[in-house]
Amino acid sequence: MVTPSSPRERVFHTRALTRVFRLGEVEIHALRGVDMELYAGEFVVLLGASGSGKSTLLNILGGLDSGTEGEVWYKDIDLSRASERVLTDFRRHHVGFVFQFYNLIPSLTARENVAIVTDIAREPMDPSDALALVGLEQRLDHFPAQLSGGEQQRVAIARAIAKKPDVLLCDEPTGALDSKTGIKVLEVLRRINRELGTTTAVITHNAVIADMAERMIRLSDGRVSEVTNNAHPVDPDQLHW
Amino acid sequence: MRALNIKLLRNLWTLKGQGIAIAVVIATGVAMFVMSFTALDALRLSQQSVYQSQRFSEVFANLKRAPESLAERLRAVPGVATLETRVQAPVKLQVPGFDQPVTGLAQSIPDGRQPQLNQLYLRAGQLPEANRNDQVLLSEAFAEAHELQPGDRLSVVINGRYQALWISGIALSPEYIYQIRPGDLFPDFSRYAILWMNRDALESAFDMDGAFNNVALTLYTGASEQMVIDRVDQLLEPWGGLGAYGREDQLSHRFIEQELEQVAAMAVFLPLIFIGVSAFLLNVVAARLIRTQREQIAVLKAFGYDGVAVAGHYLMLVLVIVLFGSVLGVFLGTWLASGLAGMYQEFFRFPWLEFRLKPSVALTAIAIAGGATAIGTLTSVYRAFRLPPAEAMRPEPPTHFRRTLIERLGIRGLSQPTRIILRNLERQPIKAGLSILGISLAVGMMMLTGFQKGSIDYMMDVQFRLAQKQDMTVTFIEPTQRGALHELRALPGVRYVEGFRSASAILQYGHRTYRGGLQGFSDPRSLVQVLDEQLQPIAIPDEGVLLTDHLARMLGIGVGDTLQVKVQEGRQPELAIPVAGLVTEFIGVGAYLRRETLARLLGEGDTVSGAFLAVEPEQVAEVNRRLEAMPRVAGVSQRETMIRAFDDMMSDSMLVFTFFSVFMAGSIAFAVVYNNARIAFAERSRELATLRVLGFTRPEIAFILLGELMLLTLLAMPLGFLLGAGLCHLLTVGMQTDLYRVPLVLTADTYASAALVVLVATLLSALMMGRALAKLDMVSALKSAE
Ligand SMILES: Nc1ncnc2c1ncn2[C@@H]1O[C@H](COP(=O)(O)OP(=O)(O)OP(=O)(O)O)[C@@H](O)[C@H]1O
Ligand SMILES: [Mg+2]
Repeated sequence: MVTPSSPRERVFHTRALTRVFRLGEVEIHALRGVDMELYAGEFVVLLGASGSGKSTLLNILGGLDSGTEGEVWYKDIDLSRASERVLTDFRRHHVGFVFQFYNLIPSLTARENVAIVTDIAREPMDPSDALALVGLEQRLDHFPAQLSGGEQQRVAIARAIAKKPDVLLCDEPTGALDSKTGIKVLEVLRRINRELGTTTAVITHNAVIADMAERMIRLSDGRVSEVTNNAHPVDPDQLHW
Repeated sequence: MRALNIKLLRNLWTLKGQGIAIAVVIATGVAMFVMSFTALDALRLSQQSVYQSQRFSEVFANLKRAPESLAERLRAVPGVATLETRVQAPVKLQVPGFDQPVTGLAQSIPDGRQPQLNQLYLRAGQLPEANRNDQVLLSEAFAEAHELQPGDRLSVVINGRYQALWISGIALSPEYIYQIRPGDLFPDFSRYAILWMNRDALESAFDMDGAFNNVALTLYTGASEQMVIDRVDQLLEPWGGLGAYGREDQLSHRFIEQELEQVAAMAVFLPLIFIGVSAFLLNVVAARLIRTQREQIAVLKAFGYDGVAVAGHYLMLVLVIVLFGSVLGVFLGTWLASGLAGMYQEFFRFPWLEFRLKPSVALTAIAIAGGATAIGTLTSVYRAFRLPPAEAMRPEPPTHFRRTLIERLGIRGLSQPTRIILRNLERQPIKAGLSILGISLAVGMMMLTGFQKGSIDYMMDVQFRLAQKQDMTVTFIEPTQRGALHELRALPGVRYVEGFRSASAILQYGHRTYRGGLQGFSDPRSLVQVLDEQLQPIAIPDEGVLLTDHLARMLGIGVGDTLQVKVQEGRQPELAIPVAGLVTEFIGVGAYLRRETLARLLGEGDTVSGAFLAVEPEQVAEVNRRLEAMPRVAGVSQRETMIRAFDDMMSDSMLVFTFFSVFMAGSIAFAVVYNNARIAFAERSRELATLRVLGFTRPEIAFILLGELMLLTLLAMPLGFLLGAGLCHLLTVGMQTDLYRVPLVLTADTYASAALVVLVATLLSALMMGRALAKLDMVSALKSAE
């Protein structure tokens, strides 16, 4: 078992990371030089205004996108120069992702949406166990279209944790949930983080959630504007919003 | 990979409509390919097999009369393997209950035995018995036309003498697979018969005791046909030899070859077009279908599925469809091929059909259709996969947001839905362009398969309304003094008589030859015209010969060049005649001169070999009967029967083929339009649901989707017409033979029916989409992004 106080091994770090989207004539600078680190086993919250570049950063960390300039490292892998093969392997075996828009596969049931990930993972949980963790044990065989937005979001979380990843990247995992369910989901994330030592980064608009994190990173306008250490993270059930 | 397989099955199920439409395109492309090549192969194979096992001879010769003792000397000619002498006699027949003139050819067989060469295949009954002179074998085509059977009686006039014969059997011969009266262009099974009789019987009936007037022989392998022909000609010369010739000039063989050439032009061209178009459509459709899966591909990639797994997944999806379509296509194609070959058998009287499905044909078709589909799939998968998943997971961004061209042109008052349609099209010009191209190919294919009827009608019109206006054509047994025409004119009901002189001849220019004849027409004429390029009647000059343009092309000769002519009758003079001009003709080919010029060249007086007649319509039957009774009349052909014979041949050979293809082109057109509609629906359903949420009415969003479809279809029409005209042109060029040349005539009908099929397909697809739109569930469409 890994404890948060163990020596701080750097899992991710970026150097002068930029990301420019080109839309015809217009250039959008989503990231304007980001330097940040994520340490092994820690639980980090990413805050920032809408459009400040949070999703863009998380996507790049997860190997779903690449920066325009700068470096991105996962341990000793240079993600910005990694081959497709290495990136695929990285995503398959190391990262669990919760997308901001869930991106469930409409033609698969909740259980199968999880199975699509566990099918190719090394030592996955059973899909139904993962769904039970997010309180969906009753909805295993429902299709995304038959689930509410929050339920879909929980399927997405189950899908992310089911492979017991080394890092868990969650883009607004509680955005669509009421506070009670939201807290239950955060408890699941916390538990995975504690029990498996999964490095966890969570994007949220809800500053309250930062109280359960060991660190908070704030993005403004494509740059890291603030990093705060939290010596005494509270348990999710202590949060209120 | 279990979940991925489940996804495969579910996707197949949700895509079943489109999958079936794609399978239809594959099936038709493959079926057309298999049908054409298999049917063509069957005809070729049957020809070879029948020739071989019935011992079809390789050289033939006609002569006036030679004693049987000459046969030994002929057999001794180096290179001759087997030689058989025969007696042939022109006959007239009377069939009870059939009041029209029937002519035929009686040919001898050894008494009571099969000949050594050109053996007969007995369909029913038996050979004449050796000692019976009143038994006869009848050709199957004729027997069928009159429902005659072994045991029936037949009245035959041989050499002016009436004989009552009994039909002992019904037979088929490799010499008469294409049973046609010499000089005719189209077979007429009910008016021309082949009869086989014992040699003894025919010798005595035709005053040929101990003599023969026809020779058939086969060659040793490696023997020179030309040398044998030359030697045989030398030997027959003193006996009125009319020139030996090889298979390529044998009437039936030559017609089969020409027909097969024509069939081959169609049977290669059409399926290649079909499979090519199918391949293109499949490629586009598969690519578009997979593009609707772009976000899911990105999700799979985000979770660490590699390219091979994802490509394999979608390839499987598509290959299930390909497999389904291919199997269907191969079965359908084989079935149609046997039907088609069977229909040709009406026409080519092969005693039996050899039929096989070459695996290579089926595999080639499947490889082309399947390959194109797979490539379309893979390019789309590759494109989706190449993007970073973060980007691919978002819906494809609209590239440029601009006001549309029409808006910028300052046309105002466009409704919001209209503007959405126009922007959709302008924003994705490639996609719209490919849709338009796909639909226009469907239009073009419909034209390609539908235009032939119009062209054939035009051919008939030119031939029988502009060129040949006679009601009857009479041929005399031999060239006759022109005075004989008075006798014809005197018949009640005959309004006008125009004599002609024709002479069979070998036409030669350089080393190219054509076995045909010279036609001497009187001038001025009113019944039979030769036409120039503008289809205007032209006068035949005093000197020189006018050639059908196609004949000139075949001989490589032009105006001003000198045509070498070896006349094949009478004193067989060799002539050199300058080409004075070209005439346009769609049916047959000819060399036309003035009758007086021809008579002079032949060194004879004012002779005619027959006459064209204009006859009061109600008197035709009576005139016919009277002509029949005249001893010097060899045959009479009537306008109506010629038109019918031509029609029959066309519908047997060409239109049959076309019928199948129209049907297939129609299915392809439908599948393409339907697929377009389905994919447009899949691509737009979210947007349309959103618009519904924003307060657009159902008719308004239906207008957006269906309006786009309609607009694409309408835009595709002109391009389709152009493509269609081009394809039709290619086909007519490929189908030119000396038998007939289908002119490129595109009637309003052709365009209209092609357009109609595609429009109906669009409307039907629109109706189906309308149902889907009515069911469009706003909430779930918004919830789960496909
Ligand atoms: N694919 C894209 N093409 C163009 N611009 C993009 C793209 N993705 C993101 N952007 C732009 O980059 C900027 C940062 O976007 P990002 O999604 O990272 O914001 P965010 O911090 O996650 O915002 P939110 O809290 O609203 O999700 C925004 O201005 C956005 O418009
Ligand atoms: Mg975001």
